[in-house]
Amino acid sequence: MMPPIEHVLVLALMLFCIGAVGVLVRRNIIFILLSLEFMMNACAMVFIAAGAKWGQPDGQIMFMLILAIAASEVAVALGIVIQMARRFRTLDVDAVSELRE
Amino acid sequence: MTALILFYAAGFVVLASAVLAITRTNASHALIYMVVALLAIAVIFFLLGSPFAAALQIVVYAGAIVVLFLFVVMMLNLGKSSVSRERALLTRGIWTVPSLLALVLFAVVLFALLSGDHEAGTQGRMIAPKEVGIALYTKYVLAVELAGVLLLAALVGAYHLGRRYLSDRREEEESS
Repeated sequence: MMPPIEHVLVLALMLFCIGAVGVLVRRNIIFILLSLEFMMNACAMVFIAAGAKWGQPDGQIMFMLILAIAASEVAVALGIVIQMARRFRTLDVDAVSELRE
Repeated sequence: MTALILFYAAGFVVLASAVLAITRTNASHALIYMVVALLAIAVIFFLLGSPFAAALQIVVYAGAIVVLFLFVVMMLNLGKSSVSRERALLTRGIWTVPSLLALVLFAVVLFALLSGDHEAGTQGRMIAPKEVGIALYTKYVLAVELAGVLLLAALVGAYHLGRRYLSDRREEEESS
């Protein structure tokens, strides 16, 4: 038998919460991006589980789109990280809050 | 029943390595834990009957995206007493926990192979890559085009942000 869909959803929810806690708690931008990846993976897992539940390929197609979005997000975000490290000599996001005022 | 045991083992590995990944202080250690978590998620995709998504998860996420992260982390750490850092990376306490978690995943794969059941623990209906491909290039062809445009925009954006003279110009302004 397939794992019950409720359990997959609970697992995805726990993974999403771990990612959200990481985004809120950590102040290093690398770790924030890493937590975002975990959150995206949790969403992808929900899509795959739903596709498996109804036996349709649409879930996997959504997963592929998430993959493309994650890849482009990481590329741009890491470019920003490199610029941040060059300009501010730190990876602390609180040090870059110049736009506040 | 076997699929359930495999699912809970892989789920445990996902949660444990995700928690360990976001609590590390060293970014490269966190990335190792992240690889383990992503591989475990790929195992779950296999168990849910999506082998193509699982393969993509390993190739693109655990392969390309984490390597991109690692490149940046190593680029930023450059010059900071890299020899002692390398030596610190090789102590036993650092690699045991990720190895144990990866060993659980290895046991899952071994169990699936040795059980002689070549559906490898997937029950229910397996959605074959052929079906996915047909849907992708008929019903969702516009989404494919949009994903292509998005990737092109990301390529241009990453190239622009990664250029060196953006920071040089600012430093010149500050010194003048």
